[in-house]
This record gives sequence, C-alpha cells and structure tokens, in this order.
Amino acid sequence: MYCEECKQRPATVHLTQMYNGKKVEIHLCEACAAQKGAFMFDVASNFSIPNLLGSLFGSNFNLPEVQTQLPGRVCPNCGMSLNDIMNTGRLGCSECYTAFEKELEPTLRRVHGNSEHVGKVPARGGEKVMVKKKIEHLKQQLQQAVAAENYEKAAEIRDTIKDTEKKLG
Amino acid sequence: MKADNLLNSNFVRWMAADEGPESDIVISSRIRLARNLNLIPFPQILDRESGKKSLQTIEEAWSKSTTPDLKEMELLTFDRLTALERKMLVEKHLISPGHAESDESFRGVLTNQDGSLVIMINEEDHLRIQCFLPGLQLEECYRQAQQIDDDLEQHLNFAFDERRGYLTSCPTNVGTGMRASVMLHLPAIAISGQINQIFHNIAQLGMTVRGIYGEGTEVIGNFFQLSNQVTLGQTEEDIINNLTGITKRIIEQERLLRERLREDMKYQLEDRVGRAYGILSSARVMNSNEAMALLSDVRLGVDLGILAKITAFALNELVVAIRPAHLQKKVGKEMDAFHRDIERAEVIKERLAATREH
Repeated sequence: MYCEECKQRPATVHLTQMYNGKKVEIHLCEACAAQKGAFMFDVASNFSIPNLLGSLFGSNFNLPEVQTQLPGRVCPNCGMSLNDIMNTGRLGCSECYTAFEKELEPTLRRVHGNSEHVGKVPARGGEKVMVKKKIEHLKQQLQQAVAAENYEKAAEIRDTIKDTEKKLG
Repeated sequence: MKADNLLNSNFVRWMAADEGPESDIVISSRIRLARNLNLIPFPQILDRESGKKSLQTIEEAWSKSTTPDLKEMELLTFDRLTALERKMLVEKHLISPGHAESDESFRGVLTNQDGSLVIMINEEDHLRIQCFLPGLQLEECYRQAQQIDDDLEQHLNFAFDERRGYLTSCPTNVGTGMRASVMLHLPAIAISGQINQIFHNIAQLGMTVRGIYGEGTEVIGNFFQLSNQVTLGQTEEDIINNLTGITKRIIEQERLLRERLREDMKYQLEDRVGRAYGILSSARVMNSNEAMALLSDVRLGVDLGILAKITAFALNELVVAIRPAHLQKKVGKEMDAFHRDIERAEVIKERLAATREH
C-alpha cells in the first residue's frame, strides 16, 4: 500500500479516527505523517493532559468538513492564538469558543462523545435558550397530537408555539 | 474569623461519617461547578489588574446574595494565608494543589465554617463552586451547590453558550461544568486483585478514577476517587444518577468481597488487622504511605467489627491530621521529613489511645 499523500513511498503509519460516527482510516508514509503532525505519541515525556489535549486540537487532517486554519489566528477578545491553545490545552476566554469554534468541534466530540449542551441553563442571559427549548418541546407535543389525530389539542399547541415565538422577537 | 476553624483544627464536615449513608465505603461526596465570567480572560492568563477586576466582580455579587449559606461565607484571599495554611486546605481536600501554590491577592476561597461549601476563586476557572458531604450524598451536594450557583448567577454574567453550555478554561469541563466525585475506600477489592478490571470497565462508562488528592496523584491507603469524565451532552441529573448507580454497584462488590474475606480467610484477616493496629499504636517513626496503608487495614477491621471502639470519624480525621502541613501546624514549626515521621507516629498513637478510653 502506498502513502495516500505522496503516493510514492509505502504507507507505514495507519490511523483510525471516529468522526461523526463514521470511521475514517488514513494511511501515510512516515515523512508525510510527520509533516501532518500525526506523531502525537512519539515522545513519552509529552504524555501530559495539556499536551494530549493540545494534540487533539488541530489534528483534523483528512477530514473534509474541517478547513485548515492558520495556527497564528488570534481570539479578538483575549489575544490567545490557536497555537497557544494547542500548546496549553486551555482556552483564553469565553470568546475563544466562538473564535475557534470549528477547531473545537472535533475536540469536544473526542473528549465527550458529544458537542451539544443539554444540562442546566442560567436564568440570566439564558432566557432565549429556555424559550427555544420550550418551543422544541412544544413542537414534539404538536407532532404527537397530530399523530394521535387530536386536532383540537394540536391547534391549541400551535397557538402556544406562535405566542412563545413572539418572545424571541 | 469564622473560617479559622479550618486552619486551626483538623475538622471538616465530610469527616462526620455518622451523618453519611454508606460511609463505611464512601468516605465523601463532592460536586464541583465550574463557572466563568463572560469576556474576562480565564485565570491562567489573568494579569494582576484583570485578576482584581474578576475578584471584585465576584465579591460584589457575593455581597448582594440572599442565600444564607452564601451570605455566611468568608473570603480568604491567598495573600492573607501562609503557604502552610493553603496546604492545610489542600490536605482537607477543599482546594486543588495548583490553587494553593499562588499567594496572589486575587486568588482565594469563599468558604463556610465547616468546609462543606467552598468556592475556589480564580483557580483554573473564575469560580469553582464546591460542596463536600460525608458518605454517598451526591444529590444533596448538587442541591446545595446549585443554590449557590442560582444566587450568584442573579448578579453575575456567566460565560454561557447555547450549544456548548457553561464555558470553561479547559474543554474537558465545558457543558455542565460539573464534576461529581466520590471518595471510596476499597480494601477488599484491592486485596482480591480485581481493582484494575473494575476501573477498566468504569472507564468505558465515561467515568474516571484518580488518587486521593485528585488529578495526577497516586493511590494510597486503598482510597480511590471516582468521578465523571463527560460534562457535555448529559444533564446534571444524568451524571449524578450514573455515578451514584456505579458507586452502588462497587459498594455491593466491596461488601461481597469483605464477607468472603471474613468467611474464607478469617485468621489471615484478623491477623492483618491486628498487626496494623499493633504497629500504629506502638511505632515511633512512621512515614505517610505506611501510615495510610496500615490505617486502611484498621478501617477494614473497624468496618467488619474486628476492632471495637474506633470510630470512622476518628479515622477520617487521622487521614488529614497526619499530613505534613497539619503536623507542622500542630507543632508550630517547620519540620523535615524525619521529624514529621516522629510526630506522625505520635499523633496516631494519641488518637488511638483516646478512642480506647471512651
């Protein structure tokens, strides 16, 4: 088997990644793998949590959904660069989550197996989220009512949804 | 100073074993909620100026609080505590070793009198609201921590994102920002050699096992800290239910193996417990690891009724009292390792003698 990248040297590095439930296999030669930064585990002394986390960021090659980002790009609020985050495994401020959203997505999936919050929502600043969650819940009820051919109830729920949606503005 | 107790005595609430369910195996339960202030840089990159601003914002919110538990707290900033006193808080499990290293005036803790509610300020996150109780009581811990969270949130803009939940410095905490953990004493499982198998299985369930002082610390005295790994995509209730469920299974297994030990290895077991007690009550020099291992055997002996009159509370207290900072605080001076070993042997002897007299 030849390296998928240079298609010249034999592939000696085989990586398997799970992404969105799909298995992605990558076969590279050592030279190309090193260039891609695939050797996250070659130095045992780097086996610390920040280093592991840091290596989870950015190792998204071969995944078509993830565009390659410039490692020097910085968060407009705190000035942390993607490089800093990769080195420390820590984000700089709340805005980093928006600034590096794309790079974070696969990391969160790998750490948590998930990337969407379903837990507590703060009453303050979270009003909109609560309203949205309520609407989602109502829509489910609406479907159930329609499925049960309970059209009177469905109409009622539909009106409630309309009223609730107004709150979102 | 009300929180003085935490620095002048050994006692902290989670030691009160008789208040906690399943406290023969579950020493304590902890809930920690990580919260950050919107837009202010996370503590690791805070300079003194923004650090002060962060502390000030938190202090203001605290002064407006209405929850009695929160109002009664006391603020201890680290410029006002000695390194020894900060270490005592680590030894009581109330703060992380990393937090204790700082003597900055913008880092510190808000704590109540008995150390059951402690908020770390400007540790890895701006706020880490923690509740510690004896035995298996994760739900109650969450109820109390949540109350504090609800109150503070009325006056603070927490960093929160609709999709990601509560935003934290480390992406391993994002979402609920919640770490639930239980401190377990599992001597029978350890003796049986099943411990690695069990922990391997636990890891498959999104849980993790650590040593007695948290992340990166070794296992001593058969104490294991079990906590949730995943914080995103699960509700707080799910996390607590899962951890409580798994803990109950481990308790069952530990009890089963303890019974088996008592039936099949009665003499070996009584011999081991008796020897441990003998050494603890007569040794003159005792290092920390040896003491923890022997105290584990004695605790097992107490749980199985082989040793009478020693309480779980006394043993919980000893685990903290024999740590370096507590020993040095008691003597009132710095001591090298050898002199600490002498003092440690003394403290254990005294405590065991005191329980015998009662």
